[in-house]
Amino acid sequence: MSAATTTYEDFAAAPPAREPVLEIRNLSVEYGYDESPTRVLRDVSLTLHRGEVLGLAGESGCGKSTLAYAATRLLPPPGLITGGEVLFHDRDGGTRDILRLSDRDLRASRWQDLAIVFQGAMNSLNPVYRVGKQLVDAIQAHLPGVGKKEAYERAEHLLELVGISPDRVRSYPHQLSGGMRQRVMIAMALALEPQVLIMDEPTTALDVVMQRQIVEQIAELRERLGFSVVFITHDVSLLIEIADRIAIMYAGEIVEDANALDVYRRPRHPYANGLLHSFPPLRGERRELGGIPGSPPDLGRLPSGCPFRARCEFAFDACATVRPRLTPPAVPGDDPRRRVACLRHDPEAVAAAGFDPVPVPPELAVR
Amino acid sequence: MRFFVRRGIFYLITLWAAVTINFIIPRLMPGDPVKAIMARSQGKLDSSAEAAIRTLFGLDTDKSVFQQYLDYWGLLLHGNLGTSFMFGVPVVDIIRQALPWTIGLVGIATIISFVVGTLIGTGIGWRRGTWADNLLPISTFFSAVPYFWLGLLCVALFSVTLQWFPSNGSYDRALIPHLDMEFISSVLYYGMLPALTIVISSVAGWILGMRNMMVTVSSEDYVTVAQAKGLGERKVLFGYAARNAILPQVSSFALSLGFIVGGTLVMEMVFSYQGIGYVLYQAVSTYDYPLMQGCFLIITIAVLLANLVADVAYAFLDPRTRQEG
Repeated sequence: MSAATTTYEDFAAAPPAREPVLEIRNLSVEYGYDESPTRVLRDVSLTLHRGEVLGLAGESGCGKSTLAYAATRLLPPPGLITGGEVLFHDRDGGTRDILRLSDRDLRASRWQDLAIVFQGAMNSLNPVYRVGKQLVDAIQAHLPGVGKKEAYERAEHLLELVGISPDRVRSYPHQLSGGMRQRVMIAMALALEPQVLIMDEPTTALDVVMQRQIVEQIAELRERLGFSVVFITHDVSLLIEIADRIAIMYAGEIVEDANALDVYRRPRHPYANGLLHSFPPLRGERRELGGIPGSPPDLGRLPSGCPFRARCEFAFDACATVRPRLTPPAVPGDDPRRRVACLRHDPEAVAAAGFDPVPVPPELAVR
Repeated sequence: MRFFVRRGIFYLITLWAAVTINFIIPRLMPGDPVKAIMARSQGKLDSSAEAAIRTLFGLDTDKSVFQQYLDYWGLLLHGNLGTSFMFGVPVVDIIRQALPWTIGLVGIATIISFVVGTLIGTGIGWRRGTWADNLLPISTFFSAVPYFWLGLLCVALFSVTLQWFPSNGSYDRALIPHLDMEFISSVLYYGMLPALTIVISSVAGWILGMRNMMVTVSSEDYVTVAQAKGLGERKVLFGYAARNAILPQVSSFALSLGFIVGGTLVMEMVFSYQGIGYVLYQAVSTYDYPLMQGCFLIITIAVLLANLVADVAYAFLDPRTRQEG
C-alpha cells in the first residue's frame, strides 16, 4: 500500500495547471429505437480539468445522469449515443476516446481512469457479498498480480481512508447504514486511484448531516489524492461550496459554464439566475425567493429556438427561432473563459437571423 | 447456528403435525377395507373369512382411537408401517422397492430440467431481444399442455410410430435386476422417454423464472457498478447478475424436489413405471390404508426434507436471511 500512497502524494504535489483530463465533445444521446426518439442530450460539450471539481446542476430530467452514463458507456437500453466523443487525457499524455474503445480496452480503462459513485448508495453494493470481496473484486480485475491477502489489506486501507473501521471488510451491505454504504462506494471508487471521479448525486439519499460529512470527505480526499471530480446534483447551494466550476444544464443542453463563484454572484443565464433565486442564501442580505414558473419542456417535442424561452422573463422575438449557442457573455470585464447560451448575450447571432438585438438586462449583468 | 436450531425445532413440530394428520385422515374416509376386500373377491371368500381378515390386520380389537394413535407412533418409530391389505407384505418393503425408481428417474429429470432451464433463462435474460426470446413461447406451450396428453403423444410418436424407445416399464423384463452394465443401460434406455417428457413439460417454468429474475437483477445498480468497475463480462454475468437472480430459483427447486415423490403419479401411470406414484394409486383404489398411509408419510417427509434443504441453501446463498445469533 505504501507504493500507492507515494503516487498519490507525488501527484498531489504536481503544479495545478488548466490541463484537460476529460473532454466531452458534442455528445448526443437519444432514448427509444422507434422513428421519433427522444433527444435527451443535444451536442453537449464539457471539459474537466485536472484536479478540478466540476459541478453539474440542473432540475430532474435535464440529462445530468444521462450525461454521466453516456460518458462512461454505461447507458442502459433504450439509451443510444448518437454522436460525439469523450476524450480521456492520461497522465502520461496519451489521449483516448472512451466511446470508441474496444470492449476489452474499455473494461481495462474503467475504474482505473474513471470511476463512478452512483445515486443509490443502498443498491450499489451487491447484498450477497461481503463489502471486502466487492472491493477486492475491483482491485483484482485490474491488477491481476495482486494476491488475495494484499488485495484485502488494500481494501482495509481504503475503508480507513473514508473513515470506516477496517474490520468492516467482513460486513455484509445490509449491516451498514446508508451513509456507511456510500462511503464504501467512495472507497471502492478510489480503489485504483482513478484520475476522474464522477459522482452522480452521491448524497441525495442521505440526511443533511451525513450529506455534509460525505461532501467534506470528498473535498478532503481530493486535496490529498488529487483526482478530478464531476459532481452531479440538483442542489446548487451544495455545489457553490464544493465545486471550482459549475455547468448548468437545461433540457439536455449546457446553458451556462463558469467558475462557481461567478455563477453564484454573477449568473448570466436567466435559468441560472432563476435557480439561484430559488433557495435562500446563508449569508448576506435577505432577498425575495422566486421560483421558476412553468415546467421543463417535453424533450420529445422541443420548441424551436431557445428551449427555455417559455419560462424566461427576458425572452424576445428572436428567441422563438434562433437556437442559442454557448458564447462568452456580453458583459464587459467577465472571465473570458466562461460561457453562456442566451441570445441576450449573443447579438451577432440575433442580427444574423434578421432580428434586432436586445441588450443584456441588468439582472443578468450583475458585477 | 441458532438459526439452524430454530429451523430444526420448527421442522420437528411440522413433522409431528404431519404424522398426526396422516393418522387421522384415513380414519375419516368412508368405506370399510375388509368389506372392500370381501366385495373384490366376488363371493370366492366365505362370509366367515371376514372375521379372519379382521384378525389378520389387527382390526378385531376394540381399541380407542387414542390408543391406536399411540400404537401408531410406536410402530412408526420402529420403522414398521404395517402390512399392506392388498399385497399382504410389509408396507416398508413395497415402498423400499418403489421409491428408488421414482427418485432416480424423476429426480434426475428434475435436476436436468432445472439446470438446463436456469442456464437458458440466464442467457435469454442477459441478452434480451435476440432470437433466443422465441424459446419462451415454445417452452411455455409444452408446459401448458396437460402432462398426460404430452406423455401419450410421446409414447405414440417415439415408441409406437418411430419405435425408438419402449412404451412402458422401467427395464427389460428379460433381465435379472443386477448391478451390471447391461442392466444399467437397460434402465437408462427405458427411463429416457419418461425423463424427456418430464423435462419438456417442466423446463419452461425454470426458463421463465430465471429469465425474469435476470431481467430484474440486470437493471440493479450493483450490476451497473460491476460493469463500471471493469470486471469481465463473465464475472459480471455469473458473479453479480445470475448469482443474485438464482435465489428464488433455488427455493422453488428445493420445493420441486419434495414433489418428486408425490407428484409423478400421472407419469408413472402413462409409462406403467413401478414408482411410488403407481403404488399410491393402487393403494387408494383398493382402500389399502396402511400402504396409503405409508405413501403419504414418505411424501410428507420428502417435502419437509426438501424444505429444510431449501432453507439451508438459501441461508447459505443469501446472507440477509441468516439472523445474527
